[in-house]
Amino acid sequence: MSQTASPAVEVKDVGFAYDGPPVLQGVNLQVAAGEFLGLVGPNAGGKSTLLKIILGLLRPDSGAVTVFGRPPRQAKSDLGYVPQYPAFSRDFPITVEETVLSARIPAGLRPGRYRPQDREIARRSMAETEVDDLAKRQLRTLSGGQLQRVLVARALAAEPRILILDEPTANIDQRMETDIFDLLRGLNQRMTILLVSHDVAFISGYVDRVACLNRTLMCHETADIDGQVIQDLYDTDVRMVEHLHEH
Amino acid sequence: MTDFLAALAEYGFLQNALAAGLLASLGCGVVGSYVVVKRIGYLAGGISHTVLGGMGIAFFLGLNPMGGALITALLAALLIGWVSLRWKEGEDTLIGALWAVGMAVGVLFISQTPGYNVNLMSYLFGNILMVTRDHVWLMGGLDVALIVTVVLFYRQFLAVCFDEEFARLRGVPVTFFYLLLLCMVAVTVVLLIQVVGLILVIALLTLPAAIARQYVHTLGRMMVLATLLGMLFTGLGLWLAYDFDLPAGAVIILLAGAAYLLSTLARGLRGKALA
Repeated sequence: MSQTASPAVEVKDVGFAYDGPPVLQGVNLQVAAGEFLGLVGPNAGGKSTLLKIILGLLRPDSGAVTVFGRPPRQAKSDLGYVPQYPAFSRDFPITVEETVLSARIPAGLRPGRYRPQDREIARRSMAETEVDDLAKRQLRTLSGGQLQRVLVARALAAEPRILILDEPTANIDQRMETDIFDLLRGLNQRMTILLVSHDVAFISGYVDRVACLNRTLMCHETADIDGQVIQDLYDTDVRMVEHLHEH
Repeated sequence: MTDFLAALAEYGFLQNALAAGLLASLGCGVVGSYVVVKRIGYLAGGISHTVLGGMGIAFFLGLNPMGGALITALLAALLIGWVSLRWKEGEDTLIGALWAVGMAVGVLFISQTPGYNVNLMSYLFGNILMVTRDHVWLMGGLDVALIVTVVLFYRQFLAVCFDEEFARLRGVPVTFFYLLLLCMVAVTVVLLIQVVGLILVIALLTLPAAIARQYVHTLGRMMVLATLLGMLFTGLGLWLAYDFDLPAGAVIILLAGAAYLLSTLARGLRGKALA
């Protein structure tokens, strides 16, 4: 199968700087198709920037990125994205259903309305993330956890082959965090997942592999992570969490 | 009220004024809803005030002021839009500069125009009682064009207003639709400016939509309610202006402003009661 031939994401020697010192330098990363990869690292370590380059929202200064063998901008239909801080204001007059449906807007200048199959796909995505009973609700009436599920539903409605999430659990409580990860584990049965988190300990119970990013990249199998690696990465003592090696 | 209705039946100018007010409400209700949810009221204000410069220059050169207004409005919309996409930090300053410079240029050229001098006040507050039948048709045509555009691309405009980043990721040409939206604001402003004045245009673009937003929860419904509210304000304003012999534009703005204030206060009180 061609989709297993090329990796889901291939980052080659990528460097990037906003106006200032480099945020990313010589980053190499491969995400295999079907993999569940956790990307961790300190704040301002370049995690979100790397995601935006993989998504095609930013262009790298050097190096190249491909998604299923194509440049990110040509792979838009393969990409599903759940942002950390939604770019919209919470009180925008829009329902949950409209939000999820917006993933079905065709690329380009095609006018018209949503087709019945678009509505069906949106409905299925909402059912999968258990927000279907919120379909007619206003976005602003949702809790943090509900909003997060709606954003996952929106990403799924694009029918992506890879789901990219930036700190999906940063703004919700611990119990919901577990719920979201259980949901992601289910989704991983049929799609590649790339997830950014600052919480190595928590995600290591779910992901296949952890990549640690602090301007440049160090990759590890989850079992290899010990205090020394984390200390190198964060350049400070980090309280180790026991369940890291439980699995 | 009966006096006003009798006069309305009798005088063509009053019929034109009412038709112009209702049609203006339609354009402003639709475009204004975008202006409010996208929070580009200041940007729309910048475009409409810049227009005075173009009108003044055209007037000075003996050309049709409407043509000058349209060119200036579109240029201002594209310039502001381009800057706000490329250089977000500079947007605020640029709008302020265009706003002031546009008005200064307008005032300067109008003052240097030989012969009959136009009344600047009529550009600011309009003169709805002087609207011609032709202009009413023109406004109707504009409304149709605006509504057709919005119906065709409702999804794309919604996506661009709601979440630019996600829209871009889905392949929606965000820059194109954003600039198209600003051009729609520009065209709305120009066609209404001679009728209702540039200050009233801004009031009608923002206040009815801002009130509507407090009561309905989708963009489409917001457009409908904003249009109806605009029609209520212009109709009521015309009637009051006629009965008490007051400037219509100012009365309409004060009605819209008072309604917005009352609605916001009522919501605040209700919110407190619930808390």
